[in-house]
Amino acid sequence: MKDTDIKRLLYAHLLCIFSIILSIFVPSFFLENFSILDTHLTWLCICSVFVTAGNLVLYLIVKPNASSKRSSLSYKVTRFLKCCIYFLMSCFFFHVIFVLYGAPLIELVLETFLFAVTLSAFTTVPCLCLLGPNIKAWLRVFSRNGLTSIWENSLQITTISSFIGTWLGAFPIPLDWERPWQAWPISCTLGATFGYVAGLVISPLWIYWNRKQLTYKNN
Amino acid sequence: MRLGSGTFAACCVVIEVLGVALFLRGFFPVPVRSSSGTEHQAEPPAPEPSAGASSNWTKLPPPLFGKVVIVLIDALRDDFVFGSKGVKFMPYTTYLVEKGASHSFVAEAKPPTVTMPRIKALVTGSLPGFVDIIRNLNSPALLEDNVITQAKAAGKRMIFYGDDTWVKLFPKHFVEYDGTTSFFVSDYTEVDDNVTRHLDKVLKRGDWDVLILHYLGLDHIGHTSGPSSPLIGRKLSEMDGVLVKIHTSLLAEERETLLPNLLVLCADHGMSEAGGHGASSTEEVNTPLIFISSAFERKPGDIRHPKRVQQTDLAATLAVGLGLPIPKHSVGSLLFPIIEGKAMREQLRFLHLNTVQLSKLLRENIPSFKKEPGFQQFKVAERLHANWIRLYLESSNSEVLVSLGAKVRRQYLDTLRTLSLSLSRQVAHYDAYSMAVGTVVVLEVLVLLLLSIPQALSSEAELDVPLSSPVFSLLFYLTSLALLGLHVMVCTSAGRSCYFCSLPWPAAGVVMLLVSALLCVVASALAKTFLDGKLLRKSPAGSGSRWSELELLILLGTVGHVVSLGASSFIEEEHQTWYFLVNTLCLALCHQVYKNCFPGPDRGLQCCPHMADVCDCVAATLQGRKPGGDGAELWGTHESPASLATRPGHEKWVLLASPWLILACCRLLRPLNQTGVQWAHRPDLGHWLTSSDRKAELSVLAALSLVVLFALVQRRCSRASKIAMALGLLGVYCYRAALGNVLLPWRQGSKDISQGIVEARFVYVFVLGILFTGTRDLLRSQVTTADPKVRAAGLWELHSGLVLLAALLLRPHNLPVLVLGLLIQTVMARCIWKPLRHDAAEVTIMHYWFGQAFFYFQASRVAAGHLPGLGSDQPGPGFWHSPTRQATEQPAHLQPAAAPPGVNCGPRMGPLGSSILRKLQQRRHGGRLGRLCGPEHLRGGPGCVPDGVCDVHGARAVGQPLGELPELREQQRLSAASRLLLLRTDLFSSRFCVSRLGDFPALPLVHMECVFSKASLRGNASAHHSCCLRILHSHGPDQHEVSAKLSRPWKIIYF
Repeated sequence: MKDTDIKRLLYAHLLCIFSIILSIFVPSFFLENFSILDTHLTWLCICSVFVTAGNLVLYLIVKPNASSKRSSLSYKVTRFLKCCIYFLMSCFFFHVIFVLYGAPLIELVLETFLFAVTLSAFTTVPCLCLLGPNIKAWLRVFSRNGLTSIWENSLQITTISSFIGTWLGAFPIPLDWERPWQAWPISCTLGATFGYVAGLVISPLWIYWNRKQLTYKNN
Repeated sequence: MRLGSGTFAACCVVIEVLGVALFLRGFFPVPVRSSSGTEHQAEPPAPEPSAGASSNWTKLPPPLFGKVVIVLIDALRDDFVFGSKGVKFMPYTTYLVEKGASHSFVAEAKPPTVTMPRIKALVTGSLPGFVDIIRNLNSPALLEDNVITQAKAAGKRMIFYGDDTWVKLFPKHFVEYDGTTSFFVSDYTEVDDNVTRHLDKVLKRGDWDVLILHYLGLDHIGHTSGPSSPLIGRKLSEMDGVLVKIHTSLLAEERETLLPNLLVLCADHGMSEAGGHGASSTEEVNTPLIFISSAFERKPGDIRHPKRVQQTDLAATLAVGLGLPIPKHSVGSLLFPIIEGKAMREQLRFLHLNTVQLSKLLRENIPSFKKEPGFQQFKVAERLHANWIRLYLESSNSEVLVSLGAKVRRQYLDTLRTLSLSLSRQVAHYDAYSMAVGTVVVLEVLVLLLLSIPQALSSEAELDVPLSSPVFSLLFYLTSLALLGLHVMVCTSAGRSCYFCSLPWPAAGVVMLLVSALLCVVASALAKTFLDGKLLRKSPAGSGSRWSELELLILLGTVGHVVSLGASSFIEEEHQTWYFLVNTLCLALCHQVYKNCFPGPDRGLQCCPHMADVCDCVAATLQGRKPGGDGAELWGTHESPASLATRPGHEKWVLLASPWLILACCRLLRPLNQTGVQWAHRPDLGHWLTSSDRKAELSVLAALSLVVLFALVQRRCSRASKIAMALGLLGVYCYRAALGNVLLPWRQGSKDISQGIVEARFVYVFVLGILFTGTRDLLRSQVTTADPKVRAAGLWELHSGLVLLAALLLRPHNLPVLVLGLLIQTVMARCIWKPLRHDAAEVTIMHYWFGQAFFYFQASRVAAGHLPGLGSDQPGPGFWHSPTRQATEQPAHLQPAAAPPGVNCGPRMGPLGSSILRKLQQRRHGGRLGRLCGPEHLRGGPGCVPDGVCDVHGARAVGQPLGELPELREQQRLSAASRLLLLRTDLFSSRFCVSRLGDFPALPLVHMECVFSKASLRGNASAHHSCCLRILHSHGPDQHEVSAKLSRPWKIIYF
């Protein structure tokens, strides 16, 4: 592991953060009355599109695991379709989890689903970009000692911090503060976004601080 | 010294209770009391002080007034009399105040400005403290020394008309009385007519000495329409007329008697701008206090600014006026203008009596009373007085006497002010030293418990308490010496009274020794843990973190919940915290299950340090124990955890599905009962099921639940218990059918609804039988055979007995909660705890979490009348934990019916509820209800009612089952976002209003009882049981908080 790797990681993460910032400020040029709280659903769509696009661009530029053995078109297409299916499945999975956590079952379905999509964009899309539709690789990355590169390490950190952000974001919902952002799912999406950004910022730093201790298996 | 876990825990609990008691004693200021208690021995009055020459005036001075009439107008604010309203509506009173023979004051009431405590303050002159609430729970009668009791002892004949609080406080004091209840807050004419109608007759008669009139109408007007209502003016005019009548009659009578008469106009509390009272705003606190008597000089000129005095001063003044001893606990000082017209010797005598009484009170309450400035002033004044008496008896120059007397008088008045002030301050004073000692004890025990958890839960269930090691004994001696020194220092320097200092020396010494001993034990335990940790870190086996994610979650969740209780917003919605935590716990368990079922490509035992630890520990246990011990029996099959992956297919799938099943169950139960504060009005399944036209659905659900319950519980029971269980569950259904909650297929449409006492007793018999069998098994396993199987069987018997009891107590639509709780417990034990080898501590905490969540799933309510046939003192089944090695084998701790101690107040309200019901029925038969609650009384006061008030058929809704309410809602065309509010009043009230939600997020404290009784009357105790209690819990100790809450005039009841 060299410092250049960490630098590349940092730049990539800065790009992701930049895409989120863009998703906040760009739409106000095109849409009237755009604000994160009032037109939250629009922002959710735009944010997930921007983050997904950012990740895809990163994937195309950086190519973290470039050693793709086969590169026939049909393989790429099936791979892409598989990724799409995985993405949808993760959206539905998150939706179910939210409902189990107490999100309304019948009302606000669109809000819940868009939130699931956003969370998927924060977590599943980077996984799909980096690891491909490969359950084994996912399990390896998210188990205790299975990391093979700093990219996977940063992926682990950002994903977990997104989840923790979402989890913490749910706390203000039932309280009697009477703030507009306490409505479902705004505080959760904000929590997820903050968690994601925090993960993006923290992971290069953490890897940099611990670069002496970190050893990755090369298999 | 080695201790068993049980002994250790018991010791800890005892010490903890001691610490908490010490803390509470310091936290709740004890009201100023004289130590002679409540008996009314006639102490000889203090003789006149004398220096040398003996004064022969040792008896009490004779009364100043012949007849005394006290007119107490509820919620009469000072500006109603002294302000522009008084000029406009009370011309006679204004005339008396300005030009007549009267003395007027503004009396300041201390919060809580509620009628009962204020009456007590008026007659006893003392300030009721928080401890009074506890002391007076069982006796409504006022036992403290007070003017009324003294007057009765002195043979005065007293007559009372008005608020029946007086009658309750003084049950046998009045020769004649007529109490009116403030039950119907909308009635402001009849309550007062009830008082006034006696007036003519009584005023003509001469056979009484004291007449007390308590007019409630003004307060009722305030509650319904606020202080700016036009009704106020009319009421004030009416009151003025009453005063005219009384005053003229008194004046006419005076000609025939020697002594002048006294008319006192006072109020118990004021009225806030919203029309309520209870808090400490200026409007609520300031009341008029007017003494009218021909004994007073007529004052020329206009006095717009009466002197400010304390409400407690009335007691002393009245006592002097009636020639009675001043009440012992009175902190008030005599109102000097009342005795101003008397001779100097008498004035000084009265002042002396009052200062003697106050200084005695001071001496009994403040240990260092000699240092108090008031006491020193008292001594000086007494000496001056004695000198004056000597001069007086020697009958020297009268001018010198007058000037000297004025000096003595001034000294006395200063003394009175100082004494009264320091005594009042005594009431609002925390005893910080006792609180600190209590806190230290509690914290030490807590730390000790935390440190010894691993040891206590280990296989030996024993732990080492290092008491005899020399280092620690040295430390012990040093700390105890230091603490004793500190104690001496604090106690000698403390200016105020301190409970801990007032303890006898040996007791305080023992507590100090205990504190230092605990400190040493904690220090040694800390050192031990630290050393162990170091050793562990050095050993190669201890690589990786010692805490798994699940343990971390459990720890953080529990601590986080405790921290969240610091904020009232979290307390109001505590159920959400628990639902959230339980869900997260399920997901974490799910993660763990999946990790074990699908081990990663390169993961084996060594990758899973936690599991490896557990296995090591188990192996060590097995080696260290005797063969044949229960450890070997329980952990006999020595599977490695990785073998989850090698289980047969279907079993694996069951394991994988179990967390999702639990999650789904929790989600299903969530909409059953809405609870909390903000969302409690939301329609929930519980309301849907309990409405009257859904009886069939409810019956099917209840029957199904009972059947599943039986299927779940019967596995572990002996045959006799099985039969008892089945019969008991049948009895539960019959009980519900008898109450009319569910239908019996063969008794369709029969309308006779009984109390169900027979059925309930039938079930109780089985409950007791099963519990008895279980206890017997347990005892047998303890005494004769050390067979763990017998013990487990006994525990299961107890469990099933408690389940049966819970099934009886839970309302029928909550039976699914019990069923799903047991189901979840079974699934957890089988599919999660056992295969994943969770240890006893983890299982206990998980039980605790699920128990809390299920407590809220059933909406945390035990309504009054829900303990059929047993009376009122049966507690709900509690959680019980016994963290032994058999934890995974233990029966459910998930007892959803368990109510926390506070909510158990519900059943205790039973008699009260029934009495209200009876009262209501009587009223309804009297035919007055409709008249009193007509909607015309509800006009005005838009400031306090946000969304239009409408009378939901007044008291018709009270006492009627819930089924009636939806139609009421339709009639009134209320939106779904409306909820029923109850207009505030005293304990009971009859007015319902509808308002938007969210206007009143918190409930006042004083109406808790009201909420209970209303809710239980309706057969559907609503969520406010919990939220009221929570508020009490969070704000109770802080007086200001409480009074702030009290000022809100509204009460959320329902919807």
